[in-house]
Amino acid sequence: MSKAKKKVRIAFFDFADCEGCQLQLLYLNEAFLGVLEHCEIVNFREAISERSDDYDIAFIEGSITRKHDEERLKKIRGNAKIIIAYGACACIGGINGLRKRFTQDEAKEIVYKGREFPLEAGEPRPVHDIVKVDYYIHGCPTNNDETVKVLKSILLGKGYKVPNHSVCVECKLKENVCLFEKGQVCMGPVTRAGCDAWCISNGNTCYGCRGLLDNPAEQGQIDVLKNNGYSLEELTQRFDLYNACRMEADKK
Amino acid sequence: MSEQLAKKELDINVEYLTRVEGHGNIVINIKKGIIEKCELQIIEAPRFFEAMVRGRSIFEVQHITSRICGICSTGHCMASIKASEDAAGFKPSEQTNAFRKLLLHYETFDSHLLHIYFLVAPDALGAKSVLPLVATHKDVVLRALRMKKQYSDLCDILAGRHTHPITCCPRGFTKLPTQKELKAMRDILKSQEDDLMITVDTIKSLAPKLPAFERETEYIALTHPDEYAFLDGDITSTDIEGAIKPIDYRQAIHEYHVAHSTSKHSKNKRGSYMVGALARININFDKLNKLGKSVANTLGFKTPCYNPYMNTVAQLIEIAHCYADSLAIIERFIKDGVDYDQVVSSWPRVDEKESFSCNSGKGVGAVEVPRGLLVHDYDIDSKGIVNNANCVIPTNQNLANIDLDLKKLVPEFINKPKDEITLLAEMLVRAYDPCISCSCHMLDVKFV
Repeated sequence: MSKAKKKVRIAFFDFADCEGCQLQLLYLNEAFLGVLEHCEIVNFREAISERSDDYDIAFIEGSITRKHDEERLKKIRGNAKIIIAYGACACIGGINGLRKRFTQDEAKEIVYKGREFPLEAGEPRPVHDIVKVDYYIHGCPTNNDETVKVLKSILLGKGYKVPNHSVCVECKLKENVCLFEKGQVCMGPVTRAGCDAWCISNGNTCYGCRGLLDNPAEQGQIDVLKNNGYSLEELTQRFDLYNACRMEADKK
Repeated sequence: MSEQLAKKELDINVEYLTRVEGHGNIVINIKKGIIEKCELQIIEAPRFFEAMVRGRSIFEVQHITSRICGICSTGHCMASIKASEDAAGFKPSEQTNAFRKLLLHYETFDSHLLHIYFLVAPDALGAKSVLPLVATHKDVVLRALRMKKQYSDLCDILAGRHTHPITCCPRGFTKLPTQKELKAMRDILKSQEDDLMITVDTIKSLAPKLPAFERETEYIALTHPDEYAFLDGDITSTDIEGAIKPIDYRQAIHEYHVAHSTSKHSKNKRGSYMVGALARININFDKLNKLGKSVANTLGFKTPCYNPYMNTVAQLIEIAHCYADSLAIIERFIKDGVDYDQVVSSWPRVDEKESFSCNSGKGVGAVEVPRGLLVHDYDIDSKGIVNNANCVIPTNQNLANIDLDLKKLVPEFINKPKDEITLLAEMLVRAYDPCISCSCHMLDVKFV
C-alpha cells in the first residue's frame, strides 16, 4: 500500500469523566462511516474490543487525577503524534474541579465520614498540566460539528485554532434576547465561543463549559452581575462550576 | 464438587473490559477446583460527586449530577430534579410530568439500542466489535446508526441535545416544543417503525444463541398502579410484601463497601438483587402496553425469567413499550395543545431571587433509568443549597448480583475452553449493561 493511502490511526482514551463526549461520536450517523474512510479507529474501549499501541492521533477524554493515570497519559503522549484534549474535563478540568473546593482529606471525610478510604483520591487536572496538548475540542459535551471540523483540518494539515471570542457573539447571531435583560445570570460574556450558544438558545443560561476566554473581561462580568443584584459569592460559584482548575492556576 | 471441577485450574484476568461504560476488570481464579476469586473489579477513577454538589444550589445540582454519566445523563437529571423538588416542596404540573416521561423514554430506548447493537450484537455475531460488522453486516450497522441519529434528533428537539439535556430543570422546562416540533417528533418516530420491527427480527434470531444459564434472585423495581413505572412509583421487591415509598428507600437498599471495587455494592434480604429491564419486566409485565406485550410474545419471552443474559431481550421489549407510549404522549399534545405559559427559568430570576425561599430538609427522587432503579437523596436548606447528598446507582446495586452470577456460571461451564469461559463471563457482565462511570461516583458509603 502506498503511503498516501495509509489511513490515519486514531485512538480514544478516557480518564475521570462521564464518557459522554465519546458517546457523541455514535450520533455522527453516516458521517461516522465517512470518518472511517480516512481513519482507522484502533482504540475505543467503550465501543470496540480491539486495542493497539500504534496510533497517530490520541483523543484524551476526562481529567487526570491519580499518579498511575499520569503515567498512562505520558505513555500515550510517547506513542501519539498528535494529542487532542477532548471535552471540558480534558481541556480545562471541567466540573471535576468542583472537588478542589475541598482538600483531599476534606473530600474523603465528606464521602466516607471517618471511615478509611484506602485508595488515592487524586487531584483533578486538565491534560495540559501533564503533557503537551496539540489540539483542544471544548465543551460539556463536545459538539460533533466541531469535532468533524477539527479532524478534517488535521487530516488536511491545516491545523485548527479554537475561537477566542465570547459566546455572546454567537448568541447575538442566534437573535436570542440577552439573559441579563431578562433578569438572569449568564456566563456567556466570559466564555469561549464555538457552541453556537447551545444552552441559551434552548432557554437555559450559559454555564461556562467551554472555559474562560484567554483574556476574559472578568471585572466587567463581575460588575454586570453585581449591578443585577448578585453577590460575589454567587458569582464565584458560577465561575468555578467549570473553571475551578483555571482559577487555581491563575492564582499561582 | 464435580470431578472435573476438582481438577480444574483456571486463571482469567480481563483487564479494562471493553464495550462497557467505565473501567472494570473481570478476575477469575480457580486453584484445584476451589474458586479463590470470581469477581468484577471496579477500577474507575473516583470523582467525589458528593463533595462536588455540597454547597451548590438545587438549580444547578441537576446540571452537575447529569455529568455523573454521559449515557444516563437524562436519568440522573430526572432523579436529581425530583429529589430537589421533593425537598423544596415544588409540585411539577401534569404537563411537565408528561414531557419528562417522554424525555426519559427517549433515553431508555436510545441507551437500550446502544447496548443491543454496539455492545451485545458483536458477541452474538461473532465479531470483536461493531467495526468489523461494517464489512460483514453493513445493513445492521447502518440501521443502528440511523436509529441512534433519530433518537438524538428527538432529544435535540425536546431537550436541546441528547447528552446532558438543557431544557429540563426544577419547576419545569426552559423551552417547550412548538406544534411544528411535536409533529416533527411524531414523524421521526413513525419513520422508525420498520427499523424497530427488523430489530425485533434480528434479536429473535439471536436470542436462542444466548447462553442457557439461570439463577433466581431478588428483583427490585418501581411500580405504579396505572402504568409501567419509569418516572414515578414506589419501590417494590419480589422478596418484600407491599411497596416502599421512595423516601424510605433504605428499607430495601442496603449499601456496603467491598475491597475489590471503588464502587459501593447493595443488598436487601439476600446476598444480592437485580435491577434493570429484566427486573422491571419480571415485576411489571402486566403493565406493558399492547406493543410491548406483542413484542414479548414474538420473542417468546415469559416471566418470571431468571436468565440474566435475557436482560438484552427485556430491553428490546421496553424499547417497543416506550416507542408506543412516546407516540401517545406526542399525539396528545398535538391534539390538546401545549401550555406555553409553563415555561420556567432555570434559576430564580433577579426579581424572584430576593424573596426566594423553599422548604428545607430531605428529599428523595426515585426513577427507573435504563440500567435500573436510581435514587438521589438530598438535604437542602431554605435557600435551596444542598448540604448533603447520596445517590444509589443501578450498576452498584447489580454488582453483588453479577459476582454471584459469575460464581454460579463458571463452575457450570468449567469444561469449556478458557477462551469460551472468558467470553461467557464478559457477555454476562455486558448483559447487565453496567455503567461504571455511574457506579463509581463515590458518594456516601453505608456499611451493614
